[in-house]
Amino acid sequence: MGDGRQELGQFPQGAVGHRPWKLDKYTPRERAELVPNAAYWDAARRPKLERVVLLPLPDPAARTAALLSGQVDWIEAPAPDAIPQLKSRGMVITQNVYPHNWTWHFSRVEGSPWNDIRVRKAANLAVDRVAMTELLGGLMVPAKGMVPPSSPWFGKPKFDIKTDLAEATKLMAEAGYSKAKPLTVKAIISLSGSGQMQPLAMNELIQQNLGEIGIKVDFEVMEWNALLSSWRAGAKDASSRGAHSTNSSYFSQDPFTALIRHLDGGLLPPRGTNWGFYTMPRWTPASPPSATRSTRRSSSRSSRRCMRSSSTTRCSCSSRMMSARGRCRRASRASGRRRTGTRI
Amino acid sequence: MLLYLLRRVVFTLPTMFGVAVVCFALVHIAPGDPLVSVLPPDASQDLKLQLMTIYGFDRPYHEQFLRWIGRALQGDLGTSIATGRGVMSELSRALGNTLILATFATFIGFFFGTLFGFVAGYFRNSAIDRIASLISVIGVSVPHYWLGMVLVIIFSAQLGWLPATGAGPGGSSDWKWDWAHLRHVILPAVTMSVIPMGIVARTIRALVADILSQEFVGGLRAKGLLDRGVFLHVVKNGAPTALAVMGLQFGYLLGGSILIETVFSWPGTGFLLGNAIFQRDLPLLQGTILVLAMFFVVLNLAVDIVQSLLDPRIQRA
Repeated sequence: MGDGRQELGQFPQGAVGHRPWKLDKYTPRERAELVPNAAYWDAARRPKLERVVLLPLPDPAARTAALLSGQVDWIEAPAPDAIPQLKSRGMVITQNVYPHNWTWHFSRVEGSPWNDIRVRKAANLAVDRVAMTELLGGLMVPAKGMVPPSSPWFGKPKFDIKTDLAEATKLMAEAGYSKAKPLTVKAIISLSGSGQMQPLAMNELIQQNLGEIGIKVDFEVMEWNALLSSWRAGAKDASSRGAHSTNSSYFSQDPFTALIRHLDGGLLPPRGTNWGFYTMPRWTPASPPSATRSTRRSSSRSSRRCMRSSSTTRCSCSSRMMSARGRCRRASRASGRRRTGTRI
Repeated sequence: MLLYLLRRVVFTLPTMFGVAVVCFALVHIAPGDPLVSVLPPDASQDLKLQLMTIYGFDRPYHEQFLRWIGRALQGDLGTSIATGRGVMSELSRALGNTLILATFATFIGFFFGTLFGFVAGYFRNSAIDRIASLISVIGVSVPHYWLGMVLVIIFSAQLGWLPATGAGPGGSSDWKWDWAHLRHVILPAVTMSVIPMGIVARTIRALVADILSQEFVGGLRAKGLLDRGVFLHVVKNGAPTALAVMGLQFGYLLGGSILIETVFSWPGTGFLLGNAIFQRDLPLLQGTILVLAMFFVVLNLAVDIVQSLLDPRIQRA
């Protein structure tokens, strides 16, 4: 293994590539320098810049400072708090919706308060998505389901996810709860990790919203990797500490990543990441899959079946409470100063 | 002297073993699965078990520990789970970068710390003492990551005098001792030097005040020694303790700072450790902590030896 490992480590030093850019210099964890591939077949797409330097800056404040000090020409994902300052300094902020969900995954194991559909619907109706958008400086899209309405997998849901406190309070009263007699739920959250933006502030807003309709939320705060481990282990595992929901953010670019892995009865932990043990018959494949590849295949079958039977609607609304879809954002210097290269 | 040296080195061995056990245990006690960062979200249980076997996580803890320590003694700290690169190569690069930063921070911190400490101690209860003490208290109390951000806002974002991040225009791989590279060190080194400066200043102030109250100082003055001569005696008497404090502080600085190196994206050991924690990269985390802890142990040993050279009474203790 030793020799192979060394070769793998040296690979980026001499990587060739066949795209418009070639890797020129590479320092692990620090920088990658790209130069145009003069032999690229499509002359129209040959880069005009002499060099692009890519710098990994994991801290949003450090990225923002690097842009403001003129050390780099553009950054991805500036600190949300710094956006007004960036705009006032003439920076251009480009945004785009990308498939990334921030959701509460409900536990459907026996005894979970989220097993009552009225409570699930009430919670969905209680979340103030306008306030959430304001909190994030406009850098989110309120979710209507686990995929956006423009998606072919969205289906035709009968339950519209919106903010309606009166209806939410009514549903909670039907379920036997009120502000005076609240329902207590325990939620796993983390303070950072993945593309969550400001998970603590976001969760506190939800806690406040749910408090309005008689749901008292207790947080179980975990480090991000511990949260992911407990996500894989499932709601029944001791690592989930008896929580009724978990809060992992995830990409949702296809039916599997957006829906199936969370809902397929064949992917219960430890086989997969159906954390909440959601086992609607229409989501469960006929034969249990044994390996990753077969899991994907059978899950896709299950997904197709689900979409045909329009249960997507119920799945996306009733098993999820609130999801915010992230926006990719990028800030760059507005002035087009001539330079020998562009640093990212 | 030789016997003393030998005794000190032998005493260090159980400390080193203890440090290794703690390093190993710490990362295993922490919650979370080390394979989370490499396993795809839809990975099967079989694949997980297979990877656990490859990385040896399926073996009993004592066996994992013995294999790990055995390889570490041969200079092999394993392979980073997240990047697939050797931990030793990642670590050696980061150590070099931290050494540059620590050297500057040490120079700044110790110079000003010693200066403020001696001045405040010698002129205690005067206005100079109050100013020097105030600076050292601020140095110890101010959160250094906050200070780092403030310095970046002022000197990088607003004034544009110094760069905010990185280890030079071409990265740390082609580091040179010229202004283009040195200007990248200034802000992180100043931020890093503030705590050791405060600690050294406060220790030396107390030390000098204590020495000045001893009878031999009165004796020196009675012999007709001038202030300069008395001051030199005070310095010599205070040196062993001051050195011990500085040695420990240098050890801290060599360990890098996760917060400062993250704020300034300085590719040192702190930055590496931060990445390893967030990626739950067990081999990298264990290797980095082990090497840094060993640095500390060795540095303590070196300080003990130098102290005994300066003050022979320590050898007899």
